[in-house]
Amino acid sequence: MTGGDVTPARLEVADVEAAYGDLRAVVGVTLSVGGGEIVALLGPNGAGKSTLLRTVAGLLRPRAGTIRWDGEDLTRVDAHRIVERGIALVPEGRRLFGGMTVAENLELGAFAPRARATRAASLERVFALFPVLAERRRQRVAALSGGQQQMVAVGRALMANPRLLMLDEPSLGIAPQLVRAILEALVTINATGVGILLVEQNVQAALALAHRGYLLETGRVVAQGTGAELLRDPHVRRAYLGPLAVRA
Amino acid sequence: MSVLAQQLVLGLLIGGLYGLAAAGLSLVFGVLKVLNVAHGELIMLGGYGAFWLVALLGLDAFASLALVIPGALLLGVVLYAALFGFVVRADEETRVKNSLLIGFGLALALHALAVRLWTADERSVPTPYGGGVFTVAGIAIPAVRLLSLLLAFALILTLELLLTRWRWGQAIRATAEDWEAALLAGIDVRRAYLLAFALGTALAGAAGTLVTVAYSVSPSIGLEWTLKALIVVVLAGLGSVLGTFVGGLVLGVAEAASAAAFGGPYREVVGLVIFVVVLLVRPRGLFGR
Repeated sequence: MTGGDVTPARLEVADVEAAYGDLRAVVGVTLSVGGGEIVALLGPNGAGKSTLLRTVAGLLRPRAGTIRWDGEDLTRVDAHRIVERGIALVPEGRRLFGGMTVAENLELGAFAPRARATRAASLERVFALFPVLAERRRQRVAALSGGQQQMVAVGRALMANPRLLMLDEPSLGIAPQLVRAILEALVTINATGVGILLVEQNVQAALALAHRGYLLETGRVVAQGTGAELLRDPHVRRAYLGPLAVRA
Repeated sequence: MSVLAQQLVLGLLIGGLYGLAAAGLSLVFGVLKVLNVAHGELIMLGGYGAFWLVALLGLDAFASLALVIPGALLLGVVLYAALFGFVVRADEETRVKNSLLIGFGLALALHALAVRLWTADERSVPTPYGGGVFTVAGIAIPAVRLLSLLLAFALILTLELLLTRWRWGQAIRATAEDWEAALLAGIDVRRAYLLAFALGTALAGAAGTLVTVAYSVSPSIGLEWTLKALIVVVLAGLGSVLGTFVGGLVLGVAEAASAAAFGGPYREVVGLVIFVVVLLVRPRGLFGR
């Protein structure tokens, strides 16, 4: 990817609480993603990772705490306006528009006026990143493999010209070689200055990629640090390598 | 034989209006997940709109569409802002329940309003070409009904083009498929809801005009048209505009066939039979995704 490098911006999440009804899924999380940083968000199922991403994206209003982006308070901003400000979420399960073609899905990603103005260039960038999508642009996404659908999902998010790209388990249910293609694409995207907040079950791969990481358990941050630090952390080892690994 | 063919052709002619009536209901239900049971009353209001434009301003019956459609669009915006905009804030299951309550209330209110404004009498509008009849192979085709069918089809094609080519039309389809994903794509979903509801109301107004010109209107036609539209929506399934139109034609022909086979009183029964059979055998409908 050449040209079009973005101005980095910083995400600051402070003491955020979020809940579905009475079920509190995030209980006072503080974390940050610096401009151009790759940050991994780790944790077992039900730790609140997806809820946190959905809260930052504006799909869920935080019960407490603040979310600041590039110095601005996002806590009360509508989801579609958060996209306009440069934060895009690739949701869990991809959530593509299955009845539409690859091209239509990508075009809808550039719906906001500012993204629309650079639609042609963005589309070229996505096709350079995932050449297979250029070949399949006229096909319905329902006809694509899981990995290709994930590429469409990442591509749709990139069409919004994000400065922060959040991904919720992009490798879930995808063939290993396609997982590698997608993770490599994230490095390429990050090289243009786009910050990345990645929720990923594959801890080794995520920490190899990320500059820093956070471990969430039952809605709280229980560990944080660089990839190497986290791999040594007893919380991480117990959560991902099993209880025996803690004694080793 | 020719009597049966005549009946079937008349069924086809009214079937196009069933299709147009259903397209508006289907759009609102598919996008907002709101069942507007006052859709038939909106059709009725569209019919009286045409009646007034013809009777008071002396407009041509079909030309009155040019004023009824924008008027109905505006009415749709008002109804969304005043009533249905609150319903879509709830989760999807609650939306249907709440919309039923609001819809029945609105239907009663509009019915009462129509009786007050236009009395309970049946009205029709005169057209200069009203009596014209073509005869093809011994089958009589009333010109006004044929023109109504063609206009209904033209409106359906216009809707299809809007939903596929227009930027906000694509946004409406995206919202119908997955409103959260639409938000994440940067679409103002509330505006997509408003536009879909206004378009649905405009389609109801247009259908009402054609019904009144080709047949007649009275304050009590609302429930009947809501039911016809609902049957067509179930028969055709959600997500295909042209499929909905075809579903309308199928219902029209099926009604005519059953009336010819079992006698007039059974005309209304066949729709309900279709309703139940489709729900049992193919719940997503003939063309549904």
